[in-house]
Amino acid sequence: MSIVPISYYLVLSAILFGLGIVAFVFKRNIVTIFMAIELMLNAVNLAFVAFARAHNQVDGLVFVFFVIVVAAAESAVGLAIIITVYQNRQTLNIERINLLKF
Amino acid sequence: MFILDHLWIIIALPLIGAAINGLLGKNFSKTIVNSVGIGSIALAFLSFVEVVREFAQLPAEQIPWVKTYFTWITAGQFKVDFSLQVDQLTIIMLGVVTFVSLLVHIYSTGYMAHEEGYYRFFSYLNLFVFFMLTLVLAANVVLMFVGWEGVGLCSYLLVGFWFLKQSAISAGKKAFITTRIGDLGFTIGILLLFWTFKSVDFGTIFKQLVGAQPDAAVPTGILTTICLLLFIGAVGKSAQLPLYVWLPDAMEGPTPVSALIHAATMVTAGVYMVARMNPLFSRAPLAMFVVALVGALTAFFAATIGLVQTDIKKVLAYSTISQLGYMFLGLGVGAYAAGVFHLMTHAFFKGLLFLAAGSVIHAMGGDQEMPHMGGLRNKIPITFWTMFIATFAIAGIPGFAGFFSKDEILEAARTSNIWLWLLGLIGAGLTAFYMFRLIFLTFFGKPRYDEHEVHVHESPHNMTVPLIFLAILSTVGGWVAAPQLVGGTDYFEKFLHPVFAMYAPAAAAGAEGAAEAAEAPGIMLLHALAGWPVLIALAGLLLAWWFYIKSPQTPKKLADSLPAPYTLILRKYYVDELYNFAIIQPLLWISTNVLWHVVDEGVIDGTVNGVARVARESGSELREIQSGNARSYATWVVIGAVGVTVLMLGLWGMVR
Repeated sequence: MSIVPISYYLVLSAILFGLGIVAFVFKRNIVTIFMAIELMLNAVNLAFVAFARAHNQVDGLVFVFFVIVVAAAESAVGLAIIITVYQNRQTLNIERINLLKF
Repeated sequence: MFILDHLWIIIALPLIGAAINGLLGKNFSKTIVNSVGIGSIALAFLSFVEVVREFAQLPAEQIPWVKTYFTWITAGQFKVDFSLQVDQLTIIMLGVVTFVSLLVHIYSTGYMAHEEGYYRFFSYLNLFVFFMLTLVLAANVVLMFVGWEGVGLCSYLLVGFWFLKQSAISAGKKAFITTRIGDLGFTIGILLLFWTFKSVDFGTIFKQLVGAQPDAAVPTGILTTICLLLFIGAVGKSAQLPLYVWLPDAMEGPTPVSALIHAATMVTAGVYMVARMNPLFSRAPLAMFVVALVGALTAFFAATIGLVQTDIKKVLAYSTISQLGYMFLGLGVGAYAAGVFHLMTHAFFKGLLFLAAGSVIHAMGGDQEMPHMGGLRNKIPITFWTMFIATFAIAGIPGFAGFFSKDEILEAARTSNIWLWLLGLIGAGLTAFYMFRLIFLTFFGKPRYDEHEVHVHESPHNMTVPLIFLAILSTVGGWVAAPQLVGGTDYFEKFLHPVFAMYAPAAAAGAEGAAEAAEAPGIMLLHALAGWPVLIALAGLLLAWWFYIKSPQTPKKLADSLPAPYTLILRKYYVDELYNFAIIQPLLWISTNVLWHVVDEGVIDGTVNGVARVARESGSELREIQSGNARSYATWVVIGAVGVTVLMLGLWGMVR
């Protein structure tokens, strides 16, 4: 059984990240956008893990743990904000949440 | 040696007085303002008396007595100390300044009694005395310049004292700006002085002049340039041709100010400065001639304008310009002591004339026009008699102060240049004429004012007592020089002799001795008493009497028969109009059309407004980014991230 080359992981990571960006920009629902952000984070995590394995170093793994911790905290705060927004505006459509402007 | 070690006290006293009255005076009663204002000057006068007492005990080699208190400026070679000095010339000036200003302060308590801003007036007067004393005590030319500019400032403040009156404001500005033209020359002169001698201390400069043989350490050309530049400063400050135009207008100020600043002290600062710089001037014959020529021309020219003025103060103003011309004439022909002597006697009699004129104006209820007066002799006798004495003094009637000083100047001019003497002599006749014209028009004849409207009254004691003091000095002030008429010593000249002899060029010292031995005493007395100056003064007196007492219609007829010259003189030779046309109008045009509309509005305002407009317009465009649409923000984030990535990859590639 041969080892999967690192480029496979990186390509997968790039595809996931790209999908995340596309969803982040084009989706209307805030929850979906939020999920897109999480997707991008995890795409990066995948790249980190792949590099760590390829270079046989733990630095990448340490970073991944940090990212997971931060993402957990961020999702807690983010979800709280989303709930508050929904309570106030009865909608999750990002195009209707447009008061923050000049 | 207390006061000589602490000379700063003399100048500090009026400064403290000015500060107290100026900062706190608004809530003071008049009594407190008076005691602060007069008290500080009285103490300064007492200090002067103490200076004289201690100075008399100084050994000759310690004169001039210089006291350095601290270093004021150091920049490379340029070093200016706050240092004061006392020598015989300083003593004379100190005496004149402290004494006349004391009397003027006392007089002002009466004259200004009903004016708004009483405390302000006394504060300014004290400030003036502070700067004037700084000017005369300074031991270097830069400190002297501080005093020089300071008195100019006070002159401006006091001429424009009634600042609600448009004419007073313009007169103040005119006085300030015109003298500033002269001060530019003075400033350049100071710089050239430092450049040449590497010092600004009087003593250090003068020592370099005598050290070298034969007086050629400094080229005459440079000395002449320095002297002429310094003299330009003196011309502005002392109202000589062609910068005299501010002094007549300065009569807009209160009369005590005219007496103190524009007759007795500030305007003589130029004379003092030239006398102080005598070692330089003595080595620059061309500059000396210019000084004498300007002096003689001014003496004559201003006297002719004085002939036809009808405002009592304007006559005195032109008379002051004329008398200052005599002082410069004296200095210019090398008779420094005579020039300073005339400065002193002039301070007495002209100060008195102005104060008395103020008393007349006070009595007339503010009217200054002589054609409205007449017959005041018996109604205000003290004013009349004191002013009469002062007129005798200024006209050069033998026995009075002005006779001795003016005679000395004219005598020195006669031996130097006959044409200058002639100008001075005619000027003396004109002086006698216009002064007696003033007296006759004001005090003699029939009253020409409405006696029901104007209640003529003698001034209060605080105004008449200074008049009497000055009248006494106008009489006896010249007697120190009297013994020379019978072959004795001119004590005034003897007193000042060290100042002018210490650094005198070798040639001049010999010539002086020769001149002294020229005439036998008896002939001198006869010469002086029956000489030309006295004769022409009496002629002026008689002519004035004929014109204004004997046949009062003569002046009118004369004016009618000679309309062109009369108008020319009445309009003051159109000098103001000429300056207006040649200088002020072009300056206004350039200021309006170039400096205002192009430079200010175009360049300066354009820059400032342009910067603001760029910021505003770019801001109004850029704020569209902040649309409120979160998805567009997301797009910007992505674009930014891509941009950063591309940039980093690119840089990384370049480093590789």
